[in-house]
Amino acid sequence: MKMTGAQVLIECLKKEGVRVMFGYPGGVVLPIFDKLYDADIKFILTRHEQAAAHAADGYARATGKVGVCLATSGPGATNLITGIATAFMDSIPIIAITGQVKTNLIGSDAFQEADITGITRPITKHNYLVKDAGELSTIIREAFYVASTGRPGPVVIDLPVDVQLGETDFVWPEEVKMRGYSPTYEGHHGQIKKAAKAIEASRKPILYAGGGVIISGADKELKALAEKTNIPVTTTLMGMGGFPGGHKLFLGMLGMHGTAFANHAIMESDLIIAVGARFDDRVTGRLDVFAPYAKIIHIDIDPASISKNVNVDIPIVGDAKTILAGLLPLIKKAPDTAAWLKQVEKWRKDLPLKYGSSGKIKPQYVIEQIYEATRGEAIITTEVGQNQMWAAQWYKYEKPRTFISSGGLGTMGFGFPAAMGAKMGCPDKIVFDIAGDGSIQMNIQELATCVCNKIPVKVAILNNHYLGMVRQWQELFYNRRYSQTCITGPDFVKLAESYGAAGIRVTKKEEVRPAIEKALSIDNVVFMDFQIEEEENVFPMVPAGEAINRMIGGMA
Amino acid sequence: MRHIISVLVENKFGVLARISGLFSARGYNIASLAVSQTLDPAVSYMTIVVEAQDEKILEQIKKQLNKLIDVITVTDFTKKEHIDRELVLAKVAYSPGDKIKLEHLLSKCVGKIIKHKGDTAIIEAVGDHQQIRQLLEALGDLGVKELVRTGRIATLE
Repeated sequence: MKMTGAQVLIECLKKEGVRVMFGYPGGVVLPIFDKLYDADIKFILTRHEQAAAHAADGYARATGKVGVCLATSGPGATNLITGIATAFMDSIPIIAITGQVKTNLIGSDAFQEADITGITRPITKHNYLVKDAGELSTIIREAFYVASTGRPGPVVIDLPVDVQLGETDFVWPEEVKMRGYSPTYEGHHGQIKKAAKAIEASRKPILYAGGGVIISGADKELKALAEKTNIPVTTTLMGMGGFPGGHKLFLGMLGMHGTAFANHAIMESDLIIAVGARFDDRVTGRLDVFAPYAKIIHIDIDPASISKNVNVDIPIVGDAKTILAGLLPLIKKAPDTAAWLKQVEKWRKDLPLKYGSSGKIKPQYVIEQIYEATRGEAIITTEVGQNQMWAAQWYKYEKPRTFISSGGLGTMGFGFPAAMGAKMGCPDKIVFDIAGDGSIQMNIQELATCVCNKIPVKVAILNNHYLGMVRQWQELFYNRRYSQTCITGPDFVKLAESYGAAGIRVTKKEEVRPAIEKALSIDNVVFMDFQIEEEENVFPMVPAGEAINRMIGGMA
Repeated sequence: MRHIISVLVENKFGVLARISGLFSARGYNIASLAVSQTLDPAVSYMTIVVEAQDEKILEQIKKQLNKLIDVITVTDFTKKEHIDRELVLAKVAYSPGDKIKLEHLLSKCVGKIIKHKGDTAIIEAVGDHQQIRQLLEALGDLGVKELVRTGRIATLE
């Protein structure tokens, strides 16, 4: 059957199970938008392309499916860049479709032309410039396959307008054949056996789980392993929800703003079992003194992540779920961790997470109240900075895909559009964006998208009138010289109302819980403007470049 | 230490940019890079010579290359028995009296005087790294006016 390139694209997206996509129209994607007019795909018109990319990302993180965004060429495409880079750093499968000028104009500095495959090369898992409508279905099939398998990541498909209009026979390739791409899923059996022996022989083991646990759906196997062996578990920011937040073996997050007990435990451990985590510098702190007594088992689907930052004793390349399932029955005898757990519990008792009660509203209190009001069942997205770290410390994530945050790139402005995407993917869930007054202003225009499309996400703005995390660094390391961190915001309540959303201002502690309850009862987007303690800090904190058991602070 | 890495890639536009971009993004310097089609026109060989201070960096380079979708195989020739060659074209100072000396130098590798005109001769030479290095040192005494090199290509024995 003859079809235009644009029709082929729509057919392929349907075949890939795409029900919703996010984006913005423009001159050279009009053929696609024309076909979308009749297509059975929900299209969410964002107010900025960056938000479209983050929304596709939030959708992917919340559902485990591939998120899709669409933008025109040139500025439309370059506006996606931050969203694509964010997804790349956190291994999130998204497909970004960009329009391109006519093939015969490529390279001529045509109106709204940008070399988008060139620009996105270092921040995508792969990208394509489609030169012929006949190759489009194969490319889309490949793109979805590459984005969602192995270590997932974003894939860009750049589509010139004449290719969208070009006629071709529609052929759906059932099979994907790519000789240069074959991810390893099964771990090496001998290595898994070695890991089992090392676990049996350990005395102070610790499980260190990252985003890979969530991506591969290995949470049940991780819990089974921890419980079978009585090994305490710490997760990275990306791993939150990969292990039940309320579990007695859970130590919380580790690293720069991790709990003191998680950091002490990993530094004193004799065996680290790293699962789907990449020893990021925010986690390890000073590398040359990191976990000096530990043997390291590293399970990861990406061979390049192994021994990149720390030397690994037992590398196992493959899918975390498959490997943990294979490892479990090989452990015949649980290690004797009684004394170790006693020590860990002592650290937990002596060095708990805590905050003061004086003065204005404490942000930690707001997050605890959100946790209680939502009974831990909400999907939490975050912006970046103090709000993000408090959200990681003070909400208990029981299930995977309930904590959605820009980990690797640390993208301010991520949380709100990501919340829209998550809500589109999981309409039955409460979706809460925990924001700062600085971050929310980076994609605040999406209020319009939420209102128009009836996407009732709740936004808790922890408003301290500062770029809080940067101010905290200036307080601690730059002698309180608050250079450009005192930021003015609008009246968030009025602003929300002007878009047709709801706004609630909260200035007193006793108003916090009722405000959250009220927000939950409103079937609309709600901005909650929590006027919090201005100079509250995130503690504990490991100064950049220090060993992670050299924490400062600990209480407010 | 210098390493020779041979990379079999899909013969598509943009692949060279992906490979070179990978090196530049990580701050690794490429000493030489030679690309050509193979017997199968759908794939190309890239022979890359890299300077890697330690094994860890070399491992990363190989692993990152392997991650690229268009890369089919990555082979490190350094510790394997291999033959490598490089082609040099040079314009050197020439006078009839130098002819014998020049021909003697060129006889140590596969080389010859292609052309001479006035006080300049164009020579070509093919050899392994060692031979080419020695030749260039010796030519230095005669006076080299211009020099172009292909970069190394290599094959396993």
